[in-house]
Amino acid sequence: MTLQVYGSSDLIEQDIGRYLDQHQKKDLLRLITCGSVDDGKSTLIGRLLYDSKMIFEDQLAALEADSRRHGTQGQEIDFALLVDGLAAEREQGITIDVAYRFFATDRRKFIVADTPGHEQYTRNMVTGASMADLAIILVDARKGILTQTRRHSYLVHLLGIREVVLAVNKMDLVGYNQARFDEIVADYRAFADQLGIGRFAAIPISGLKGDNITARSPTMAWYEGPALLRHLEDAPLDDQALQHAPFRMPVQLVNRPNHEFRGYCGLVAGGTVRPGDAVRILPSGRTSTISRIVTFDGDRSGAVAGQSVTLLLADELDVSRGDIITAAESPLEVSDQFEAMLVWMDEEPMLPGRSYWLKIGSASVAASVTDIKHQINVNTLEEMPAKSLELNGIAEIKLALNWPVPFAPFVENRDLGGFILIDRLTNATVGAGMIRFALRRAQNIHWQHLEVTREAHAALKGQKPRVVWFTGLSGAGKSTIANLVEKRLHAMGRHTFLLDGDNIRHGLNRDLGFTDADRVENVRRIGEVAKLMADAGLIVLCAFISPFRAERRMVRDMMAQGEFFEIFVDAPLSVAEARDAKGLYAKARRGELPNFTGIDSPYESPEQPEIRIDTTALTADEAAERIVRNLL
Amino acid sequence: MRNTDLHGGAYAQKPLRLTHLERLEAESIHIIREVVAETERPVMLYSIGKDSSVMLHLARKAFYPAPPPFPLLHVDTTWKFRAMYEMRDRMAAESGMELIVYRNPEAERLGINPFDHGSRHTDLWKTEGLKQALDLHQFDAAFGGARRDEEKSRAKERIFSFRSANHRWDPKSQRPELWRLYNARKSPGETIRVFPLSNWTELDVWQYIHREDIPIVPLYFSAPRPTVERDGLILMVDDERFPLRPGEQPVERSIRFRTLGCYPLTGAVESEAATLPDIIREMLLATTSERQGRAIDHDQSASMERKKQEGYF
Repeated sequence: MTLQVYGSSDLIEQDIGRYLDQHQKKDLLRLITCGSVDDGKSTLIGRLLYDSKMIFEDQLAALEADSRRHGTQGQEIDFALLVDGLAAEREQGITIDVAYRFFATDRRKFIVADTPGHEQYTRNMVTGASMADLAIILVDARKGILTQTRRHSYLVHLLGIREVVLAVNKMDLVGYNQARFDEIVADYRAFADQLGIGRFAAIPISGLKGDNITARSPTMAWYEGPALLRHLEDAPLDDQALQHAPFRMPVQLVNRPNHEFRGYCGLVAGGTVRPGDAVRILPSGRTSTISRIVTFDGDRSGAVAGQSVTLLLADELDVSRGDIITAAESPLEVSDQFEAMLVWMDEEPMLPGRSYWLKIGSASVAASVTDIKHQINVNTLEEMPAKSLELNGIAEIKLALNWPVPFAPFVENRDLGGFILIDRLTNATVGAGMIRFALRRAQNIHWQHLEVTREAHAALKGQKPRVVWFTGLSGAGKSTIANLVEKRLHAMGRHTFLLDGDNIRHGLNRDLGFTDADRVENVRRIGEVAKLMADAGLIVLCAFISPFRAERRMVRDMMAQGEFFEIFVDAPLSVAEARDAKGLYAKARRGELPNFTGIDSPYESPEQPEIRIDTTALTADEAAERIVRNLL
Repeated sequence: MRNTDLHGGAYAQKPLRLTHLERLEAESIHIIREVVAETERPVMLYSIGKDSSVMLHLARKAFYPAPPPFPLLHVDTTWKFRAMYEMRDRMAAESGMELIVYRNPEAERLGINPFDHGSRHTDLWKTEGLKQALDLHQFDAAFGGARRDEEKSRAKERIFSFRSANHRWDPKSQRPELWRLYNARKSPGETIRVFPLSNWTELDVWQYIHREDIPIVPLYFSAPRPTVERDGLILMVDDERFPLRPGEQPVERSIRFRTLGCYPLTGAVESEAATLPDIIREMLLATTSERQGRAIDHDQSASMERKKQEGYF
């Protein structure tokens, strides 16, 4: 029996219509082959393509010429040359990177991710494995289970591939010996148990000779299982299993061609959906029902995991990219702190505390690793302490996001639990991660719909809003200290904003001068802006002379109890005037600046400020330190 | 033969087997939408061939009922088959998309043509023309219909493939692409070529055209056409610009094209396949790969990789 790709040449000849009908019904399996050139990996892939008639005559002619030039098989065709892509690599005789190959049988189409097996290419293998339903672990029958076999198996397991095939290759070189095969399988079973790989299929093959590839080989009558291709045709697919999960769809974009139509576009990541289904939008927690599933070919009666659709809701809700539409009764968890596995993919090492972009589903947020619990030695599986993570390093980490995201643990759903980290300067994809679980559930706010109150704004930012009001003479050091305070708070991950003369006087209060009335109106407006910002959950820093007690009092009264912090930046007039960085005092003394505070306009010192900074006794840094300590 | 909800009312009872075409379609639509969500000025390279036709069809599906929110760009050489220009204008009108036609003014001035200028024809009209068009309109992402099964260097290219400010491809520094997470963040000057059909094969493309009833240029179907045979290629005499060599006389042959480019550079095959199933049958029973009809990468197996590094799409 020969299995051919586009197979069934007779049917193609005689009844192309029926052939097409049959072949439209094929499904799709993605797989990764793990092993090195030495294990005959490229030869095996070349063989699969060749045996399934994926190689055309002109390619074969080029291959024969190449085989004579670079081949390692003497006069025979070197199948490995078929799949070694780029020119430089071909000459070095190794495959680098990830290459994708395609072949098909009568029942299934296959996409093979072909990646190099050496340890320095771990990131490539992880990339290739990310979409695979199945992994072929290739072992040289003469050598048995090697360090690289363990490494590959660990990575396959880490990437959540459930279907594992142990292909014991080069059986022709051990005389098709059953005892040798059994010994290797027993070794591997012990290791697989240790890893947590529950089941695997073991198949003895020869890629070079074609034994047990497309059909059972008479050379190994003792082997009773299916040939490799038959096994690949029967393996279960991940997306089918996902159809049983509750419905989830990350919103990719909102399609609004006109006022009547508002469709939510995305690829269904889990479950099924039908018109009339109750859904919940995360993270807002709002609920609605699906009114239509719209496609180019007309409305659908349902959609399943793996399909790209446009959903319409019965209610007008504010849904945007990054949100996830879920089954109403089984929403996802939402969190901003996770424990995860991380594979590092960049030459520049990962440093805890450094901020990266994190992309998960259709959401992008800022994130940093707060802790490396331990690094994994991929060869021995030993856990070791680490302070940073180098290229190809794998570690169990704790991760903090600046924004809560809905998620599922990676083992349940790759689309909802897998993430990448992106360098903020180079924009390179530097890490790949898999969420294990949330370290804390973001407050239960996401389960029931809430109005987005000022408390909700603050809770999302994980901070108490504050209005920190710096008052004092011109030149006392208000802006300098306020700036330092903001820098410190920002570094601590707090959401802040600094209002001062520079950003207020030039815009909002451009129309105001320095008369007493204007000074009052100036402070009133600043107070209102600060209040809005505090409502939005921010820590607002305001640095203004604000000479009058009454207006400072007025602003204090606008804010919630305990939210207003008055900071008196106290410098005696003589000291402030001696600093006179902007030459304002000199001008005022010459009468060129009327209504200058301290010269010809009064300054009313606070009677009970929350904090008084004596600028003759503290440096600006010390002052900032003291304020931050008191604030938090 | 439009695909209308093939699975009827079977949802939620037993798992559905999505076919390979359904999965490829869904993944390509996901890619196209992702580009629109994450880039500022995307454009779709439209070469009028069968792959472009499929890509355009997927884009229309992705944004239905709206037209795709980006223009079509045809980098013209003035030497395409007449039937291709007709199809181009028809599809732009039907899809409701803006059509931008770009011709390299330098090539136009020099009268560059495939008969007299050999490889400079492709370099100036296509490679240079494409760079100029992208720069002129400040597009930051361009969809292309290339597939990984076309040839070896494509097999390693990412779906989101970055180009430096001078449009070069560096195969050594490609970003890892995991799961369905595409990183579209660019540094200043960088642009992205996006290949939504990366995982499709030639057969997938034909099957999909068949299933979806997608319009394609009639030249894919066999018909009696005026031809000459030259350097082992059967060329079609598409207009009076074709310079006949002494003794050459156009001969009517029943031919069709497996791939479409500039008519003087595209070899035809003798064929009787006049319907889609006939074409697919012929393709399945064929013994040569589709690019063989193109003169461009005939000489060296690594030439495509070199062209791509220089900015060829």
